Amino acid sequence: MLQFTNTALAGLVLGMIFAAFALALVLIWRSTRILNFAQAPMAVLTTYIALVMIEDGRPYWLAFVVALLAGLVLGAVLERVVIRPVEGKPDINAVILTLGLFIVFKSGAEVIFGTKLRTYPPTFGIRGIEIGDTTIGITTSDFFTIGAVIATLVLLVALFRFTDLGLKMRAAANNQEVAGLLGVKVGAMLTLGWALAAVVGSLSGLLIAAGGLVQPSYMDSIVVFGFIAAVIGGLESPAGAVVGGLLLGFSLSFVSGYLSAQLVALVALGILMTVLTLRPGGLFTATQGRRV
Amino acid sequence: MSETTTAPSAGGATRGQQLSSLWQGYPLIRHLVTAAIGLAVVIVVLTAVDDFQATKLTEMAYIAIAAGGLTLLTGLNGQISLGHGALMAFGAYTTALLYDDREVGTPLVVVVLVSVLVTVLVGILIGIAAARLHGPYLAGATLTLAIAVPEIGKYFDQLGGDQGLRLFVPEIPQWATDIAYYLTGSDPSRSKYVAFLAWVTLIVVFILLANLASSRIGRRWAAVRDDEVAAELAGIDLTRARVSAFVVSAAAAGAAGAMFALAQRTVGPLGFSLNLSLTLLAIVVLGGLGSLTGAILLSGVLVFLPQIVMDLGSGADLDATRASQMATLTFGLVMVLVILLAPRGLMGGVRALGLRLRSARAGRRTPPASGGSSSSGAAPSPTTDPASPSSTAETAEPDDGSTPITTKKGTS
Repeated sequence: MLQFTNTALAGLVLGMIFAAFALALVLIWRSTRILNFAQAPMAVLTTYIALVMIEDGRPYWLAFVVALLAGLVLGAVLERVVIRPVEGKPDINAVILTLGLFIVFKSGAEVIFGTKLRTYPPTFGIRGIEIGDTTIGITTSDFFTIGAVIATLVLLVALFRFTDLGLKMRAAANNQEVAGLLGVKVGAMLTLGWALAAVVGSLSGLLIAAGGLVQPSYMDSIVVFGFIAAVIGGLESPAGAVVGGLLLGFSLSFVSGYLSAQLVALVALGILMTVLTLRPGGLFTATQGRRV
Repeated sequence: MSETTTAPSAGGATRGQQLSSLWQGYPLIRHLVTAAIGLAVVIVVLTAVDDFQATKLTEMAYIAIAAGGLTLLTGLNGQISLGHGALMAFGAYTTALLYDDREVGTPLVVVVLVSVLVTVLVGILIGIAAARLHGPYLAGATLTLAIAVPEIGKYFDQLGGDQGLRLFVPEIPQWATDIAYYLTGSDPSRSKYVAFLAWVTLIVVFILLANLASSRIGRRWAAVRDDEVAAELAGIDLTRARVSAFVVSAAAAGAAGAMFALAQRTVGPLGFSLNLSLTLLAIVVLGGLGSLTGAILLSGVLVFLPQIVMDLGSGADLDATRASQMATLTFGLVMVLVILLAPRGLMGGVRALGLRLRSARAGRRTPPASGGSSSSGAAPSPTTDPASPSSTAETAEPDDGSTPITTKKGTS
């Protein structure tokens, strides 16, 4: 029973991290119809910024905030300088571009920070919570992770549902031409979309790093799993990203807990193929008519 | 032969124009002549280089074979695959399993064909699933494939686990030694023998790919890429076109995997990382989507670039790891710049230049009244008189794959 609880809790935390990463992908997909493969190495860069600050003796939470702001700036600059020219071009150009950025950022991080493993201090305690006599496998840091992702989701939903700015962003994403005619600054909205996504991506990077070891490739598995989570969810809806993340997190946790850690990728492939075979557009998409 | 070939020039055409139209009109002849020249070049080069360079050339060959298959899939049919390295793994593991013992006497050709066959079967399965998917969903599925397949190798002990499988490359057959001795005056080394095998495989695979691309099947693939609805209205079965493109590219990946196994002599999960798959896609794009020549050239650049950067780096006090990181960084930067500045890739640029030169030449020769030909060497217009020598030979290219493959927006 204890093993079951612990596996489930581990799955919850893992799922939340996948969800955060998938949220970042969904944000960018919604605003620019581009899948950002470079999301993970971008997060690696900002995490390293925070790590270097902490190692220099700066306050922990200051480093945390600076990393998020660095993500904001990085996302905005990237959209404005590199992504803008390929918007509206064939899909494959954007795919190759972000794959190229993936390589640039990752090897850039290796050149700047080296490939040595470094410890990143945890946000809060890393001891399991004690209930009665037993210690269960969830820590205060894990609670912070879960809380941070839920807060992000709530803030994003609030932004898109209830604010003027969110409405403009949705308009710019849905129909650039009409939105532009109605006075929305489409370019600025797209830049903002990338910037926000990069902040969420950085957050997921920090959450994964906290209390663990960091090296330039530490996000590599998250690239794939976060991506699968987003695709399962349908790439369109933030809620879908969270559901996809949790679904994947729980399944993978149970597979590695009860079967073998090496089967994780295979099971992920199985889940993805099953979902896509039944619903080629993911779980949370309305069926779309095809333009003729 | 394909249906839209131009008739060889009639009557008054000069000998040069006849040759030229033969070259343009019959892709099979063109491909076979190119292959023969290629084979001669391979023999000369392999005789000249040392063993280390021969190993590098082998690496270039198997990467180019896989990239050639992917060129057809992505460039011609518009399906993106981030998992072609995983398909190579199937071919490589099959070869390794068939040659797991020193005593095995199975002929090499049979082993390579079986490896291709196994990969084709896998390709059919994946292709059927992939045919339903579009854009990012297909990218996601193939990306997961690239991650998941090496894990299969790790999980099963029969596949060698983390260490992978060792295989025994059969001895060089006596007749091969004899021919090599006759040609070069020395016995061939093992690595040169494997390099030769890989390059012969490359030539065979590329002849087949080039012919497919310029055949009716290739035009169907391109039609599906350019406009699904129009293709379907024209009676093309979309699923069949997509699956067949996937299967053909899987076959090429299988052959590449077999060569990989023969060259590396160990086949393990580390050899088929995500990096390999991404590299293949990068080669295809940078070479110019749809260009087989570009795929070969870029494979060479990719294999030899780290070495060059390392040589430069050792002058500038860089250690080996730093230098290889710098090589990767350079490669990524080039990818980004190419997409931003020259989205049609290397061969796209070369073709544009060639077309401009050719149309300039044609413009000088034909009187302006015959129109069209002076602007650019575009697709044949139905009004062009096939017997009019200059227009057929110089400008009106048949739709046989020698026309530039534009990267039109594919599926939604």
